[in-house]
Amino acid sequence: MANGATGIGARVKRKEDKRFITGKGKYTDDVRMENQAYAAFVRSPHAHANIKSIDKSAALAMEGVVDVLDGHQLTGDGIGNIICGWAVTSKDGSPMNMGAWSALATQKVRYVGDAVAVVIADTQQLARLAAEAVEVEYEELPAVVKADKSLAKGAPEIHENAPGNLIYDWEIGDEAKADAGLAAAKHITEMEITNNRLSPNPMEPRSAVATYDEAEEHYTLYTTSQNPHVARLVLSAFYNVAPEHKLRVIAPDVGGGFGAKIYIYPEEITCLWASMKTNRSVKWTADRSEAFITDAHGRDHISTAKMGFDENGKITGFKVDTIANLGAYMSLFSSSVPTYLYATLLSGQYDIQNLHANVRAVYTNTVPVDAYRGAGRPEACYLIERMMETAARELGMKPAELRAKNFIREFPHETPVIMTYDSGDFDANLAQAEEAADVAGFPARKAEAAKRGKLRGLGYSCYIEACGIAPSAAVGGLGAGVGLWESAEVRVNPVGTIEILTGSHSHGQGHETTFAQIVAERFDLPIDNVSIVHGDTDKVQFGMGTYGSRSGAVGMSAIVKAMDKVEAKVRKIAAHQLEASEDDIVIEGGEVKVAGTDKALGWHEIGLAAYTAHNLPPEMEPGLKESAFYDPSNFTFPAGTYICEVEVDPETGRTEVVQFTASDDFGTIINPMIVEGQVHGGLAQGIGQAMMEQVIYDDDGQLITGSYMDYTMPRAADLPFYSVHHASTTCPGNPLGMKGCGEAGAIGSPPAVINAITDAIGNNNLSMPATPQNVWNALQAVTASQAAE
Amino acid sequence: MDMTGEHTIAAPREAVWAALNDVEVLKLCIPGCEEIEQTSPTTMEAKVVQKIGPVKAKFAGAIELLNIDAPASYTIRGEGNGGVAGFAKGGADVVLQEVPEGTLLSYEAHAQIGGKLARLGSRLIDATAKKLAAKFFDNFQEHLNGPDTPEEG
Repeated sequence: MANGATGIGARVKRKEDKRFITGKGKYTDDVRMENQAYAAFVRSPHAHANIKSIDKSAALAMEGVVDVLDGHQLTGDGIGNIICGWAVTSKDGSPMNMGAWSALATQKVRYVGDAVAVVIADTQQLARLAAEAVEVEYEELPAVVKADKSLAKGAPEIHENAPGNLIYDWEIGDEAKADAGLAAAKHITEMEITNNRLSPNPMEPRSAVATYDEAEEHYTLYTTSQNPHVARLVLSAFYNVAPEHKLRVIAPDVGGGFGAKIYIYPEEITCLWASMKTNRSVKWTADRSEAFITDAHGRDHISTAKMGFDENGKITGFKVDTIANLGAYMSLFSSSVPTYLYATLLSGQYDIQNLHANVRAVYTNTVPVDAYRGAGRPEACYLIERMMETAARELGMKPAELRAKNFIREFPHETPVIMTYDSGDFDANLAQAEEAADVAGFPARKAEAAKRGKLRGLGYSCYIEACGIAPSAAVGGLGAGVGLWESAEVRVNPVGTIEILTGSHSHGQGHETTFAQIVAERFDLPIDNVSIVHGDTDKVQFGMGTYGSRSGAVGMSAIVKAMDKVEAKVRKIAAHQLEASEDDIVIEGGEVKVAGTDKALGWHEIGLAAYTAHNLPPEMEPGLKESAFYDPSNFTFPAGTYICEVEVDPETGRTEVVQFTASDDFGTIINPMIVEGQVHGGLAQGIGQAMMEQVIYDDDGQLITGSYMDYTMPRAADLPFYSVHHASTTCPGNPLGMKGCGEAGAIGSPPAVINAITDAIGNNNLSMPATPQNVWNALQAVTASQAAE
Repeated sequence: MDMTGEHTIAAPREAVWAALNDVEVLKLCIPGCEEIEQTSPTTMEAKVVQKIGPVKAKFAGAIELLNIDAPASYTIRGEGNGGVAGFAKGGADVVLQEVPEGTLLSYEAHAQIGGKLARLGSRLIDATAKKLAAKFFDNFQEHLNGPDTPEEG
């Protein structure tokens, strides 16, 4: 059943790109409903304040204004508070302190951008003008923006049910063993590590078009979602917008998500409710400025870590204390990111027997923080890999040597932080990356750079992450409110073409191509005969959506399960009609044949036979359509080695990434071109975090990086030509042997970049982002300490 | 944002002081001032249109005079609400000294902005504030020293 041109492993050009690159994609903002009105939100300019009054009269008097609605009306209609769907329990057994979050604030605003009212008007321009006319009187309260300051005595309290702004105080691993391991160490490396706050910046801003059908008492929501079924579930079960059978959620073409489009935000809830209140279709599309203050931010950790080593460089103990900033409210999966998606990966690629992590999550007067490409795993990887590189320097060992001394080499391997790594060959990735990066030639390149007055540095990162989330029973046991399986339906039409309905959602990943490839491979059919249907709760029965690099390992596995059932039925029909044994049936070249004979039926004839039902085996139901739900048995564990080479200009601190080499283990690769694209994009985001991006609030809680004038995104000219390689082991946990590739680049690259820069400048004390100013300052510290000696 | 400045005005200190307390003069001199109304001897309400970077907004706000030591010094404090654009608030300690050329006006001002103004205008606020201050004192000086001003006599 080989299908070399379009099957598994083929560089098939993306089927969806024809519409994307010709401007024919259909995004939420392209949706035009009859009788459509526009929403504009009135947002708090204060980080923390009591709402004293809202005067809508001037706005209501404006021509073209349909209505102005506030939070009292919203909660009065029974719309529920926004919830966090993963219950994390503190180490003392107490539940997390989740503060109330109404889609429109009623009493208090808790961050700049918190919505207090919405204007519905005939045009977008009018809605925005009228929003300016809504007068809100605030009583300002002191604000706090930094995670550590939020925990300090006397800090302003943000939610009354979260004393001291503490959401939870959680731990994992064995603290006594970690302490003993550190006590026995010959050398201890200790670091304070900050993971900078990021804004996700998908190219397409969030958007929603909500329509209420009064006669049917039915709602339709077009929205920029990575998971339309999850959106419908939450909107129904928790926000009381409408029961699920009265709510259709459609996520059409979506231009990037990176996590920010997983969650159900105040705007979508408000548009749905407002469409019922006004009996108009209601459209809202964020502008970029609004995206900066409403899309959930990412990262924002402050950690201290201690790692102990014996005389041979073996890790004896590892202890981490982290404060995670979750912003003003708990977003949908926010609680799980700094706990089960972070601390469970702190063993890295290393055999660490004594490990303990403590995580305190806190409220601050900032935009809510949730999963952003990598979600917890970049924070873990950055911490471990900065520690390893720094420790190697302190111990006088080569960074690769120290890592190799501690590599896990036997699988399955159970870490002390509840993960069971199923496969991997970390030595192979390290060796491949070192060879491709010509590490042996680095000293010569460094000497040559020195002649030009440049400081050249080399940095490693040996990452591992957990993808394919996740086994439902396992995450349920850890507090998840949902199961993380996936569903698929395979429909073979009477003419033999195939439609795949999937609960995964593509917002740039190329599912329409890669999902079709596994079908083309399985039934040896032209890829053009296969189409993928996704993103509509009326078409696809159910699905958990796309995040955590799960669409391959979980979504495609569901398709494989459904194809197994289709194939079984195809064999039965063919065996019946060709008077052969099912075991002798082979499917190849567009035909269903009896092996070793010239007896064959065209694939399309099988389809027709199934639907005409004139000659089916006794008792067989007509039709050729099967569905499956696939629940993974374990996480998958993509891993690899990244090596970054930089040149620093000591006069200015300006740093250039001159070479970036990746060796990844993603398991089975369906389409190497798409996988390389995922790595390229992930690396760009990781290098962006390492060198440019940072969300900055002033002490009053004002966001001062609210546009691309102040928030720097990486551009093509900032990035090198990547050298991307694969050394793969097969994942034993799913039928295709896939691990996932969507986040690895963003997870593995930041420490490689910073390790390279700190190598170049000879100072380990450098925080992200490594802007020219930060690098220059770190260089001056080196010069000052040399002068003092 | 903090800012200090000095301006020499060719007018006697009493005249400068009187002008600084005259809403009509302030209305003429404050850049973008659309209306200003005295609500008590030490408080005023004003409407000012300003553009900071890409954000244009009409601020409605209150102005208060404190620490009055006529005709030598006062503190002026203001707070303006620019609706969707955000808010601005700040104050200035103003000191008038007699010098041979007339009066030396010096000030120490500080300002804070919020909302969209802060998001889009933070990097522009210093330059904008300096420009607005310069414009105010240009206007003020021209008003006092111009041919129509009786104080000059």
